[in-house]
Amino acid sequence: MPGTLLASPPLHDPRKEKLQERTREAKVRYLMAFDAGSSRREKEPEWLQARRASAISHFEQNGFPTVRDENWKYTDVTAAANLISEPQFGLNVPAVEDIKSEDVEAFFLDHKNSIRIVFLNGKLAPHLSTLEHLPQGLTLLGLQEAITSGEEVLQQHLGRHASPEDNGFIALNTALFEDGAFIQVEKDAKIEPALHLLFVNTAPLTAAKVRNLVFLGAGADATVVESYASITDDAYLTNIVTEIVAEAGANLDHYKEQVESTNAFHIATTQIHASDHATVQSHTFTFGGRLSRHDANAIMDGEFTEVTLNGLYLASGSQVMDNHTVRDHAKPNCKSFEEYVGVLDDKAVGVFNGKIFVRPDAQKTDAIQNNRALLLSRGAEVNTKPQLEIFADDVKCTHGATIGELDDEALFYLRSRGIAKSAARDMLIYAFAHAVLDNVTIPTLRDQLEQQLMQRLRH
Amino acid sequence: MSEKPVLLEIKNLHARVEEKEILRGIDLVVREGETHAIMGPNGSGKSTLAAVLAGREEFEVTAGEVIYKGKDLLDMAPEERAGEGVFLAFQYPIEIPGVSNMSFLKAAVNAIRLHNGEDEMPPVDFLKMVKEKTKLVEMDPSLLNRSVNTDFSGGEKKRFEIFQMAVLDPTLSILDETDSGLDIDALRIVSNGVNQLKTEKNASIVVTHYQRLLNYIIPDFVHVLYNGRIAQSGGKELALQLEEEGYESIKLEEAVTR
Repeated sequence: MPGTLLASPPLHDPRKEKLQERTREAKVRYLMAFDAGSSRREKEPEWLQARRASAISHFEQNGFPTVRDENWKYTDVTAAANLISEPQFGLNVPAVEDIKSEDVEAFFLDHKNSIRIVFLNGKLAPHLSTLEHLPQGLTLLGLQEAITSGEEVLQQHLGRHASPEDNGFIALNTALFEDGAFIQVEKDAKIEPALHLLFVNTAPLTAAKVRNLVFLGAGADATVVESYASITDDAYLTNIVTEIVAEAGANLDHYKEQVESTNAFHIATTQIHASDHATVQSHTFTFGGRLSRHDANAIMDGEFTEVTLNGLYLASGSQVMDNHTVRDHAKPNCKSFEEYVGVLDDKAVGVFNGKIFVRPDAQKTDAIQNNRALLLSRGAEVNTKPQLEIFADDVKCTHGATIGELDDEALFYLRSRGIAKSAARDMLIYAFAHAVLDNVTIPTLRDQLEQQLMQRLRH
Repeated sequence: MSEKPVLLEIKNLHARVEEKEILRGIDLVVREGETHAIMGPNGSGKSTLAAVLAGREEFEVTAGEVIYKGKDLLDMAPEERAGEGVFLAFQYPIEIPGVSNMSFLKAAVNAIRLHNGEDEMPPVDFLKMVKEKTKLVEMDPSLLNRSVNTDFSGGEKKRFEIFQMAVLDPTLSILDETDSGLDIDALRIVSNGVNQLKTEKNASIVVTHYQRLLNYIIPDFVHVLYNGRIAQSGGKELALQLEEEGYESIKLEEAVTR
């Protein structure tokens, strides 16, 4: 406090101050990148230009989040903010045509069970996508193309759900996004097979800003899988915002799979808006990245909606995995369910923050939250926090958090039957994580995720 | 009659947990085809002996040795012991939610086969074998679809232990208080399973507090464990004598000889 002689002197941490200085510089670079893109944006519709301008002013005001923000307390994004010295579109990025199908097909779901749209370093790769002969009632295209062709739902919904005020990454994404997927499912259309949005990084020091909009008309039904992967071990940044709109009675199964390079920064927001009687099941699988932050937020803005937010994360080495979720019960008679499961080894850090917000007239809310973490080493850490804000009186909200180690008794039991220690350990970890995998209804995706899990357990 | 080959030889075995010495010099020889009962009051070290033989790491062996099939058993990891044919039926089988009984059994069978230089069992043969063995302990095959021991009744857990014994076909079985918590029908079924698995080549160590189990599984030898040592050994009639007189006479004798 100024003028107070007894106050302890401010602690100078030169390293921290340097980082803060660098983050301010990073902010300036991003602001410059915005200015540099002005001619490109002039071709965009006015409503979008206005939303971008508003977003960049939020970013200018708030900058990148810091560990002083309660929501970013455990996750320092300084390195992510500073990674890219020239955060402009298309720098250092190889031409999409240089990447062949065989380079990335390991990430494909099988043909029968998916329609695929592929992006390389944030750019649409038509030659890897399967966008011909789409089923009736489905529009699936690159977001830039959708903007150019003037798709109506864009103006209604793009940037209307994920708020640039919430954090600097959403603001930057809104201001600077280049491409992503646009999905629209007509009223009452039931779309099969699953729609697979695959984003692959192929080059170092890229900063893809991916923007997706998924819109399900009333009574529509679809399955959407987002995969974020890399064919290199490079350091790069992926900044993602996916807005999901489920109109009355729509049903969406949503999966997000993050298998980025272990040197990558992955910062994503999934923002769900569900109307009357809509059901949305969203499952997040986080395996990769040096730092991974995912905000999964759902607003139940209609009666009798049902939202599930599940997650599984597996962190080792010095990976940081941060999952923040918000379930906003805005209307009465809605149900929401959440289960987050984490497995942490070595010196990995996990963060889980699950907020349930029940607004004053959201009576008969039924919200369940469960989060479990398994620590495989003494050096691993998990910070878990349920956060309940309830303003209605006739509600049912339950939450439970458990943090534990592998059960020695169970390990001995398996070993006493001849199963080697490492295999027994794998079995127990798998058993711990299986509850979330069991909800995956696409067989090839489930197989891939299981393989990822088993592979990453053996390091 | 020439004596059968020795399967297990325990010499002067001492073991402790933390600072407490529990086994204080056990000597025991088990030959092929034999059934040995280990009896004794609570706290005498019966379950510790079973656990040390199976390789539980909380117990520290401070002296003595255990030779099994001519090899140093104490030098082997628990999974190696299982590979060599040692099986412990647990007093309190462990629940492992999320691991299905089938994948557990398959992993165990194939791990043991691998240890013995055999190929994995073809899935069809495995299924057939497993189904066949459920009959031995009159186990409901639907239990196989559940997670290991999860939500099993006490009786189901014990049956499942003996069923595993049948599936893994061990050379040395150690049954730790298998009778505890069983009603008379379950006891009969479990014992019947154990008896059917008996061969000329394998052997069992049956750890029990009560004589009751020994009406069904007839031992060749009965040993009374007291204070971490074998205080008395005899034939099956010793069990009956203990049933009548309790452990008091042995406690007294121990006190006098010391």
